[in-house]
Amino acid sequence: MSYLIDGFREALRLILHLNPEVLGISLVSIKIAAASTLIASALGVPLGFSIASREFHGKGLVITVFNTLLALPTVVVGLMVYSLLSRQGPLGSLNLLFTPLAMIIGQFVLAMPIITALSISAIQHVDRRARDTALTLGASERQAARVVLSEGRFALLAAIIAGFGRVFAEVGVSMMLGGNIRFYTRNIPTAIALETGRGEFALAIALGLILLTVAFGINILFQCLQRR
Amino acid sequence: MQIMISKGVFQLCILLCALIVTSIGSHAAERLKLAATTSTVDTGLLDSLLPPFEKKFTVKVDVISAGTGKAIRLAENGDVDCILVHAREQEEKFVNEGHGVNRRAVMCNDFVIVGPENDPARAAGKRDAVSALTAIAGAQAPFVSRGDDSGTHQKEKELWKEAGLAPGGAVPSPPRGAWYVETGQGMGATLTIADEKKAYCLADRATYTAFSDKVGLRILCEGDRRLLNQYAIIAVSPARHPHVNYIHAMRLIGWLTSPEGQKMIGDFKKKGFVLFRPNAYQEGRGIELPH
Repeated sequence: MSYLIDGFREALRLILHLNPEVLGISLVSIKIAAASTLIASALGVPLGFSIASREFHGKGLVITVFNTLLALPTVVVGLMVYSLLSRQGPLGSLNLLFTPLAMIIGQFVLAMPIITALSISAIQHVDRRARDTALTLGASERQAARVVLSEGRFALLAAIIAGFGRVFAEVGVSMMLGGNIRFYTRNIPTAIALETGRGEFALAIALGLILLTVAFGINILFQCLQRR
Repeated sequence: MQIMISKGVFQLCILLCALIVTSIGSHAAERLKLAATTSTVDTGLLDSLLPPFEKKFTVKVDVISAGTGKAIRLAENGDVDCILVHAREQEEKFVNEGHGVNRRAVMCNDFVIVGPENDPARAAGKRDAVSALTAIAGAQAPFVSRGDDSGTHQKEKELWKEAGLAPGGAVPSPPRGAWYVETGQGMGATLTIADEKKAYCLADRATYTAFSDKVGLRILCEGDRRLLNQYAIIAVSPARHPHVNYIHAMRLIGWLTSPEGQKMIGDFKKKGFVLFRPNAYQEGRGIELPH
């Protein structure tokens, strides 16, 4: 039992003293997750908006597909992107495997369906009358769209946060595509996997605490936004 | 309100983009991808060996921790520039098939058979590694294998073969049972699992020493000639994969086998023990097994 207590004590010391290793790993995690979430949002939110606000054949099917993709296993995404980026793969000449960019691509594939699916539901939940009223009052299509986006802004933000939460905590894609390279592609989840394997519990616990804090924070934010 | 939000989001985006651009910019320096066997990572050897090299040649070394089998596969695909491995037969095949060039011996240590304190299979009294394994198999005592095609796993398979047993399958295998477990993980993780299961395990001495205060396993068999563990570094052939960072791979080979690099390896200690014996100039001989 004592090793656990010692581990916690040492972990808190590492965090409080802003240990450069802990800080560096956390920064890698945040940067890569933020970049992938940003790109996924830039594509996912408009996509979700246009799917939700338009009527077309097979709309139900498209929505089902996106909802199914929510369950995409991270290791399968890792495997798919790995086979594309490896030297033997079609995109091998870009020399991207084991770089932060490879992780961003993998995390983007993970975050995109979540953000899109939640954006669809966010827009669908906006009262139809908002758009109709805007149009009656003489708004253009563009202006009416802005009204709808504005009405659904909290739910859309919640969608983006859910995407971030998913990629921030996942280990499969990061490990397979990033290679867990120190100070470069080693993020919180891969570092925890490594340090536990190494028996360095203190560092693993410190990173685990940070990960938990961020995950809880994200979820509280998500809950608050959903209630708005 | 709406305008304020969009302005805030916009600023956030700009900030993030700037962050990402600067982070990518700072990694613009030359990079060398080294797939290194897990023992050299788990013990912290590379963490202490590489910074002086990186400084001297202004290059960043990206270490990918991978067992020998996986490291060789990464190299064959051209996904890394250089490998640090320990399985002679596989290394020779790799070089002979034209994937790698300039294999150099770097250092050595030895494998040990470790097991639980009470030693239910009585492996401790055996003269050599093969009879120790035979005793373990005979007693059906739990044995944890790397099972990951690593150098240690290769060595283990060689020993089982010599004992006329092949618990992992592959070769005709009489004893296959619940007592034999494959983890598919690195040395550190495998030792931890062996400890949890109170099982026997073949480990390299370096990782075992680094873990000795975390696991309750003790050394039961050591000193057998067969348990020699030779590490070597090989550059990926630029003829096969023109894009590889051949120059820096050769520099790293030069650095690790230079008197300076060899001295650093010999000086590297964990818990007061020397973990690796440099032997770039006398491969396979001249080592008294380290204790």
